[in-house]
Amino acid sequence: MRVSAIGAAAVLLLVAACGGRDEGGGGTGTAASGGACQGQQTTGITDTSIKLGGIYPLSGPASAYGDIPKGIKAYFDYVNAEKGGIGGRKVEFIVRDDGYQPPKAVEEARRLVEQEQVFALFQTLGTPSTTATWDYTNQRKVPQIFVATGASQWGTDTAHPWTIGWQPNYISEARVYAQYLKQDKPQAKVAVLYQNDDFGKDLLGGFKRAIEGTGVKVVAEQSYEVTDPSIDPQMRNLAESKADVFLNVTTPKFGSQALAADAKNTSWNPLHIVNNVAASITVLKPVGFENVQGVVSSTYYKDPNDPTWQNDPEMMLYKQKMQQYAPDADPNVPYHTFGWAVASSFHKAMEAATCPTREGLRDAVRNLKGVKVDMLLPGVTLETGPDDGFPIESMQLMKFKGERWELFGDVIDTRKEFGPLTG
Amino acid sequence: MSSAITSVKTSVKTLAATVPAARWRWLAVAALLAAACYAPFQLAPFHVFQLTMVLVYAVALLGLDLLVGHAGQISLGHGAFFAVGAYATAIMLDRLALPYPLTLPLAAGTAFVLGLAFGVPAVRLRGLYLALVTLAVAIFLGPLLKRFEAVTGGSMGLTLAKPQPPAWSGLAEDQWLYLLTLVVAVAAFLVAGSLLRSRAGRALHAVRDDEVAAEVMGVRLSSYKTLAFAWSAMFAGVAGCLYTWVIGFVSPDSFTVNLSITLLAGLVVGGLGSMSGPVLGALFVMFVPGIAQDINDAAPGVIFGLLIIAVMYVAPTGLAGLAGRLVKKVPRKE
Repeated sequence: MRVSAIGAAAVLLLVAACGGRDEGGGGTGTAASGGACQGQQTTGITDTSIKLGGIYPLSGPASAYGDIPKGIKAYFDYVNAEKGGIGGRKVEFIVRDDGYQPPKAVEEARRLVEQEQVFALFQTLGTPSTTATWDYTNQRKVPQIFVATGASQWGTDTAHPWTIGWQPNYISEARVYAQYLKQDKPQAKVAVLYQNDDFGKDLLGGFKRAIEGTGVKVVAEQSYEVTDPSIDPQMRNLAESKADVFLNVTTPKFGSQALAADAKNTSWNPLHIVNNVAASITVLKPVGFENVQGVVSSTYYKDPNDPTWQNDPEMMLYKQKMQQYAPDADPNVPYHTFGWAVASSFHKAMEAATCPTREGLRDAVRNLKGVKVDMLLPGVTLETGPDDGFPIESMQLMKFKGERWELFGDVIDTRKEFGPLTG
Repeated sequence: MSSAITSVKTSVKTLAATVPAARWRWLAVAALLAAACYAPFQLAPFHVFQLTMVLVYAVALLGLDLLVGHAGQISLGHGAFFAVGAYATAIMLDRLALPYPLTLPLAAGTAFVLGLAFGVPAVRLRGLYLALVTLAVAIFLGPLLKRFEAVTGGSMGLTLAKPQPPAWSGLAEDQWLYLLTLVVAVAAFLVAGSLLRSRAGRALHAVRDDEVAAEVMGVRLSSYKTLAFAWSAMFAGVAGCLYTWVIGFVSPDSFTVNLSITLLAGLVVGGLGSMSGPVLGALFVMFVPGIAQDINDAAPGVIFGLLIIAVMYVAPTGLAGLAGRLVKKVPRKE
């Protein structure tokens, strides 16, 4: 007990003696930013360098996403070596592992911001990790740019101006399918299988709102948990609805199962729409390509496996530079392409910033006007505004033919068709 | 596991033999405490945060040690009780808007009651069977939390405001959270210490060493095993509460089976059945994954595993035991 008394006394003494700590840290308004940029934060950026930090699950259950930073690194290495960096600033990209655990993400975010003194967090991956860190980044006024999750809250929230997403959010994707059905099957009866979490509910909710007042109706819906071993019972229930469209809102493992169950059931042959998350070739292959002919999905960036882009200059550059700067990584893995696309989006945003400061970047990513990124599909551009925190809201439909996806129809701009997305 | 427990028994004996002067130990603890009080004013906020998390894990490991190290039961589901404490706190703060100091005893109480309830069936099980049942609890909790969305926030979890330092203290948020955690952790260690020195503590050790002999001596196995579970859960609940204060966000993904396994591994690495074991284990759990990633970016998990194996090879009785073994080798002047 005496020890605790000593301890308590020590605490009191120290509190009295030292008081708090100055929350300074980080330079403001150095030579890099004169004039209008005076007084803004320039931590992590100089005239010749810019330091970024990313947090990804390199280990643990979601470690497949660990390929994304490889594509990003290859892009920055290429830009540093051959283009002199972004606006003369060489990019240093530090990747930390959170194992898809929110508390670890918080620790790594603090490490990157306080110890590594990064200019910005360039991508945190996953909705839980991003939710756990965005209060911190916004309190510290550190940009948290292009987070890798499709939840719609990054764009609709107004209390976190320093955080912004990149990929089309799930509601926008749902709108794309709704638009397609409205035009091609105006009387469609839809059966939905969805994952019972924010992702599944975001997409299903968005779909329902988008078909309000049209002839398209949801006639059956079934949910599953990520921990379920199989979705066969759900599929049997959905088949009884005799719907003529099946909307498959799943993550890869369950996407495969649903595709296989649909193929096996010869008495029910709906139009099968599988969401983008589960649309990769690796999901379709185990089902057998002959069983997934005519399945519909949507996308927004170029697929490295698609021969359409064989002679596309950006795709050729990507494959060549991947070989040069990331020789161990297979350029045909779409996660690498995703990384490349998001890194070049950052390049464009940073170049557009009027001030080379944290505030400058924050404002630049919320003021993207029709910015073309070559790795995105033609017609898909980055577009944001003060009330619009969703860089990509356009997607194009694709149909599975032979051994690959084939794009069809025009790029669907969900902003134009449905108006802006608000909370 | 049983070999680890027997080796712990020997290490406890060597420790007791090598540190005869209790006064020296108190002095060391006092110095450590003084350093712990001084640290937040000297370190960067990021390191203060890391130390706060070390304290949180240390409290959780302290509870696990009561069960594994002192009572000789195995739990692979300690993370579940940790999660119960964290979620109880989050729900009280978010849905009931209780003031945060009140959440600590309530979270501890909730975890204690659940631990007690769980301890009843645990009495009938032993060794691996008990381990499997506790593992099942850890696995089953995540999906359960996702089901009751209205209360738990579902898979999106709950985001909460952190306790803010009172204005008169002039402290920064991370310093305040650290000091709060430190006070709670010190109290937890004092409670655990006096518990172990009491009649109950001796009964637990007797149960661990030989159940039959303990029963012959008049120790009621069922009540002490159940109590061990309840106490252990209570400390985990306290740690969970601190966790929610510090992180300000809970979600089912924060408390996977991995957490339970990591806690058990951390405790074994730190050293079973000693007071310093949980602290050393917490340091290991907190810092070694980061070091592992610094060594190799590509496969941090593999390096972390190898480091655990390396530590267990060098210090089979845990890091706490290692200290004891080293002290024994150095000739003492007295």
